Amino acid sequence: VSDADPKPLPLDAWHRGRGARMVPFAGYAMPIQYEGIMAEHRWTRESAGLFDVSHMGQLVVAGPDAEKGLESLLPADLAILKEGRLRYSLLLADDGGIVDDLMATRRGDHFYVVVNGATKEGDIAYMRCKLSEGAVLDHMKEQALLALQGRKAVEALSRLVPGVEALGFMTGGAFAIGGVTAWISRSGYTGEDGFEISVPGAKVAEVAELLAAQPEVKPIGLGARDSLRLEAGLPLYGHDLDTDTTPVEADLAFAISKRRRAEGGFAGWQRIARELEQGPIRRRVGLSVEGRQPVREGAMVVDAEGNEVGKVTSGGFSPMLEAPIAMAYVPAASAEPGTAVTLAQRGKLFQAKVVPMPFVPHRYHRKGAA
Amino acid sequence: MTVYYSEEHEWVRVEGEEAVVGITDFAQGQLGDVVFVELPEAGRQVTKGAEAATVESVKAASDVYAPVSGEVIEANQALVDDPALANTDPEGEGWFFRLRLADTSELQGLMDADAYKSFCDSQ
Repeated sequence: VSDADPKPLPLDAWHRGRGARMVPFAGYAMPIQYEGIMAEHRWTRESAGLFDVSHMGQLVVAGPDAEKGLESLLPADLAILKEGRLRYSLLLADDGGIVDDLMATRRGDHFYVVVNGATKEGDIAYMRCKLSEGAVLDHMKEQALLALQGRKAVEALSRLVPGVEALGFMTGGAFAIGGVTAWISRSGYTGEDGFEISVPGAKVAEVAELLAAQPEVKPIGLGARDSLRLEAGLPLYGHDLDTDTTPVEADLAFAISKRRRAEGGFAGWQRIARELEQGPIRRRVGLSVEGRQPVREGAMVVDAEGNEVGKVTSGGFSPMLEAPIAMAYVPAASAEPGTAVTLAQRGKLFQAKVVPMPFVPHRYHRKGAA
Repeated sequence: MTVYYSEEHEWVRVEGEEAVVGITDFAQGQLGDVVFVELPEAGRQVTKGAEAATVESVKAASDVYAPVSGEVIEANQALVDDPALANTDPEGEGWFFRLRLADTSELQGLMDADAYKSFCDSQ
């Protein structure tokens, strides 16, 4: 994957025609922003934003051993996952490190799995190596992926796709949008209500055009996608998660299902079980930073003597809170909300406080909730 | 009153022995939404080409280099209080600092408005 020669995605010309600034990301040319990150961020929270996430890997795992095979690599209880329901999960290495984070959906006789763009080739090789012959992995390279996120996403999308409003958070189904076959789930990466829409790459420009024509909808770049997910407390693979990080350290123990905790039988179980029992030595936390200057990825967490005891893995300025926020790994003893921590960046010290995440409340559409 | 421009996308407005420094409209467009600025305090000597200020946008931190040498007389407190002025009025209310020029011959290495416009078009 070379930044020097980024590949175009199916919506390349569409983005450029709408004035996007394109940058290399995960080996592709992708829109970083249109009118500006701050305006796009707020528009998504207040109305609806359309994101092109076609760089992500869309996989199908099929065959008689698909469920068993996936359960050997993911800590999710796929056996109780009902048709059309999806789970956030983690692709794990034998030492408990996180190979990737992903969404897995039970869809008919197979699982539909969406993985990160920058890691998809490695994920596919790893899964093909680990899965038995009874589980076949197919990479749907011709499929594009859009996300429509924001409190008005349901209003805009249900106008084009009647029935989509009946989906609850983390459920999906087959629909048609403008005559194009689509798999639509109520999910996303912004903390807002919203949908992810998988359509053939050859038809995605038509679908994007239809969606962007709705008065609630504007196209949004990767810049705002990052600031939105940070406010929502959602980790970004390659930054907040990597193969040296375990699910317990990353504060993602919720993704380890009850049955799997008891039974194990997935990669990394030994270490993860120990960390669930005894607690990890470090933990991912949210930080509220004093002042106005953002503290970014790579900044150090330091103790009173100036020793490095942790690191900032994501940081920036929250458009909604109008203040700097960050995610960091800190020693377990410093992970309780309210704990004061000191950060160092480019020779300057910053005071910060551990705060619960999300920084901005989630507004998912949970069935049965008001 | 003459305005000069640097290849680092700063402008310098010369007023007698003094000069006002800021970032250009092109620069603010590249940076995106500015959320924080750190300006040199009055009395500090800044050197042409050396770091003089920091500007942070939502996505990244950038250094601002002094386009000319001199002693800082005043930093723009209004910009510190409202960093978005760097976006909305970069060549007016969003100025960064005022300095006493150390060496007016340094101005000769800078561009005029036409030359700067051609420079930006070539970027």
